[in-house]
Amino acid sequence: MSGTPLAQPRIRIPRQARAGEVIEIRTLIEHPMESGIRGRVPDAVPRDMLAWMTVRMNGGTVFAADLGNGTAANPYHVLFVRIERTSEFEFTWFDERGRTARATARVTVT
Amino acid sequence: MNAAAPRRAVLLGLVALPAGAALAQDAASMQAAIAAIAGGRAVEEGGMALRLPALAENGAQVPLAVTVESPMTAADHVVAIHLFATRNPTPGLASFHLSPALARAEVQTRIRLAEDQQVVAIAVLSDGRVRRAAAETRVATGGCLG
Repeated sequence: MSGTPLAQPRIRIPRQARAGEVIEIRTLIEHPMESGIRGRVPDAVPRDMLAWMTVRMNGGTVFAADLGNGTAANPYHVLFVRIERTSEFEFTWFDERGRTARATARVTVT
Repeated sequence: MNAAAPRRAVLLGLVALPAGAALAQDAASMQAAIAAIAGGRAVEEGGMALRLPALAENGAQVPLAVTVESPMTAADHVVAIHLFATRNPTPGLASFHLSPALARAEVQTRIRLAEDQQVVAIAVLSDGRVRRAAAETRVATGGCLG
């Protein structure tokens, strides 16, 4: 539990959809994803990594990711979800120091 | 393997790395992780696609898309996709956990690659079957060290 708060994530998701429509969700969070293995001595650049992200739809987890050293800085993920009814989405990131970032979105079925 | 290997071993020994079993930290543990994922089942080639650029100008940001052929129903869906970079200092890239609420078993992301190499994707299906796909990428500027 240290350092500055995580950046506010950016979510690209349609506000409206038809029942049964497949929507594309893009997520991006600014984060260095510093692995700690760069430089000439260990921890020359201290490790600072996101560990995990989840996407929940109406309370149920639809996607989760374990983020390893090979996940690029500013982690970006694209998913495709089928919308059956007006749905609430919650996106959460967890870093290795216990910090979290969160975003929500609603997709209204018209 | 190469001159950098002993240094890597030292570095990896000193860096505390919390990790799921699939976030492999070296080539041997990558093979062990894939074997553990497969759980003794035959790993099938095909039924999935791994897309990477043939030449990545910047190894720090390499676009990757993985798609598994699956109806994504409660009875028949993809449970997990694990990504490995065979020649990164720590091969485990990421592991994705999918639910049938996803319309298709497709994830796009961006990865780091240290050098020219093969990237491997392993998919686990809800009936326990395991599929594998691989892609070769040349890397102009390494994205891991430096």
